[in-house]
Amino acid sequence: MSKKSKNKDYPLATYFGYYNQFLDTKIGKALNLRKISERFVYEGIKNGVKVASNTTRVFKNLTGGNAERLTPKTATDLFDLNYTDEQQIVQESVQQFAVKMRAAAEKADDTASIPDELWQEFNDLQLAYMQVPENLGGMMTQKSTVTQMIIAETLAHGDFGQALAFYTKHSVLNAIIQWGTASQQAALVPAFLGDNPETATIAINEARPLFSPFELKTKAKKQDKQYCINGRKNMVPLAESAGYILVAADTEQQGIRLFIVDSNAEGVTITADRSMGLNVAALCAIEFDDVMVDESAILGDSDFNYVEFIAYSKLGWCAMAVGCCQAILDYVIPYANDRHAFGEPISHRQAVAFMIADIKIEIDGMRMLTQRATALAEQGVAFEREAYLAHVFCSDKAMQIASNGVQLLGGHGFIRDFPVERWYRDIRAVAIGINGIHL
Amino acid sequence: MNLEVPSKFKGIQNFAIMAAKTIFRPVSRKYDVEEHTYPVELDLFAAGLKGLNEGGDAPVGGANTKKENVVAGEVRNGANMANCVNIQAMCYGDVGLLLSIPGQGLGNAAISAVANTEQLKRFANTWAAMAITEPNCGSDSSAITTTARKEGDYYILNGEKIFVTAGERCDSVVVWATLDKSIGKAAIKSFVVEKGTPGMDLARLEKKLGIRASDTAAITFTDCKVPAENLLGSPDIDTKKGFGGVMETFDNTRPFVASMANGVAEAAIERTKELLDDTITLDYKTPINNVKAVEAELYRMEADYEAARLLTLRAAWMADNRKPNSLEASICKAKAGRVTNQIALKCIELCSSLGYSYQELIEKWARDSKILDIFEGTQQIQQLIIARRLLNKSSAELK
Repeated sequence: MSKKSKNKDYPLATYFGYYNQFLDTKIGKALNLRKISERFVYEGIKNGVKVASNTTRVFKNLTGGNAERLTPKTATDLFDLNYTDEQQIVQESVQQFAVKMRAAAEKADDTASIPDELWQEFNDLQLAYMQVPENLGGMMTQKSTVTQMIIAETLAHGDFGQALAFYTKHSVLNAIIQWGTASQQAALVPAFLGDNPETATIAINEARPLFSPFELKTKAKKQDKQYCINGRKNMVPLAESAGYILVAADTEQQGIRLFIVDSNAEGVTITADRSMGLNVAALCAIEFDDVMVDESAILGDSDFNYVEFIAYSKLGWCAMAVGCCQAILDYVIPYANDRHAFGEPISHRQAVAFMIADIKIEIDGMRMLTQRATALAEQGVAFEREAYLAHVFCSDKAMQIASNGVQLLGGHGFIRDFPVERWYRDIRAVAIGINGIHL
Repeated sequence: MNLEVPSKFKGIQNFAIMAAKTIFRPVSRKYDVEEHTYPVELDLFAAGLKGLNEGGDAPVGGANTKKENVVAGEVRNGANMANCVNIQAMCYGDVGLLLSIPGQGLGNAAISAVANTEQLKRFANTWAAMAITEPNCGSDSSAITTTARKEGDYYILNGEKIFVTAGERCDSVVVWATLDKSIGKAAIKSFVVEKGTPGMDLARLEKKLGIRASDTAAITFTDCKVPAENLLGSPDIDTKKGFGGVMETFDNTRPFVASMANGVAEAAIERTKELLDDTITLDYKTPINNVKAVEAELYRMEADYEAARLLTLRAAWMADNRKPNSLEASICKAKAGRVTNQIALKCIELCSSLGYSYQELIEKWARDSKILDIFEGTQQIQQLIIARRLLNKSSAELK
């Protein structure tokens, strides 16, 4: 990935070209998309161009309008686990792509990079349209948190590391739609809808024991109409190729806020931070040394809710944990049936078979807790408790499952020719990671 | 997608919670200590339930199953889910007492699952216990040795049954017996034997680790003459269908037993939190490694409990919508059974010698909970069912 989008021009014709392309995608066709208003797209593009020409981002409210928000989905008063037709279509499309992710996963992990063709194919899915409100050029009117969960889960069934890499920019987009001001939305959203979508990432984690996202050492000090940011982040996916970074920093006056910081701003130093797993997401450490940003670069207004922001991140990591654990289950079943020892398949032994039964029991529990929290979030009601419990559960159980995944393959599990050791390394991140994912 | 209990069940849920708090809990310890004493408080309660059930379509009380009429494309939350919600709330009161509610035996569940229309009508008001287990056959219910021999318009039953819940207090017992041992599972049929039938005798009542409010009987059958029309379902031996017909009952009842466990877990966690109120803060926000050890334990228990509860609702939802759910029924039973046992035991530990003492009910719940991981299929039987299904193995391959 290269930095492509920052100073890019957005001719209107090209823009509609992208939208028409999306209509041609499987998802677009199947959903029988509503035509969007040309006026709103134009506003978005116009503002985007103006802002893109500034070196230090200043988000001026050019239109004077309100930020676009997706309305909560009204729940029918029934317990219902069915996916909607749209959700099934999205799942099927992403599933087909995830098969290719799996095929590319081993090499991608070794080289810590995703093949260009795969990036292109992912971008061609044009999933941003499933996030962006109609009035900003997308196709949504209501929140689609459950759909986002399905996407994250299905991608991670292909490959956890690639899923993190692919979904990161969509996480930034979710955050901008959920919290961004009108001018931030106008400036930033259009760049996600196109052939070469914006690249951006989220930086919360700081490298120290017992890190808590609610006790940050990264500080943002107010100086007139600017903030001066100092601190260090790590475990940030794709930071080297990101156009900008949503950085969490503690302000004295407003508590913890997210700042939109250009990755090439003065005082920002990005270095590779190789870790146990998630190689393909190119995790980075970032140092902020007296980085000056305009006060308009604080994401959102007074309605910004950092606790909720963190809860959305938990939903994302849980969804990916579910997808990856399902991949482990799908892998160990045929392995245990094909592998013979003592004259019969090892799956004929309870010691093996019961481990597999337990994997299924706990994955289903992970899935239920994640779905419940996500459905509540989509309905616009309090979901922090449910997201917290889902994350506690998924953190413990996913690691246990990944460890048993290796164990079930015995010595083969330890060899990098088999994917279970990669899943073991990737899944250790579930309990830790906050960066990159936000449903 | 929505995973909340629908508001139409809030009424029965609230009623059950009220009953749990005002009728069950006050006598919970009494009948734990006075094992085998009949809990008279339940008679009045059962009469009230009867009135309620006649008034509405959602059942209140124990394990009645009802086949749902499903309209294609329409999502239904029906009797199975209502039962789960209701049973959990009652067992939040006392699981032993729930098992002793007149008219709500496991045999009733078997009747509603396999009986024909005429039998459903005839046995509508019976309180039926369930007799499967024998001294030499527990989990392997296909190995039962109790025989049923056809003689004119009667079957003659011979054998011994143990672990019959409500076996003394019930009106009738649903007995599993084989028509021909040499044919195997397909020859196993269930019979409704009414109390007072000559040849059916109560051998003893067991003294137990927990659920002492519920009587557990050993019953013998000696040339016991049962009318032929009391054989549930078809008298024909269909070797192709095998055990399926009888085992169907369990797909329906496993979520109910899981719900019993969920009720116990809910009670134990709630009471432990109350007792620890001065020392804990649960903000559902601070990372779990940055909170007190006791708070981390509580979070983990609550997450396990919620997982079990949602898995149970899923199995019930599938039953209500006529989706095959044997796998999911076993999953919820396995999860709820084991976590409830772990939770109740941990709650004692967290409450120290107070938790261990009769001053609190937590130690009782920990004793009660053990059976929930055993009856209606032990933990290990559930794991076998789940593993065979996932790995596509027969019972001969994966033993």
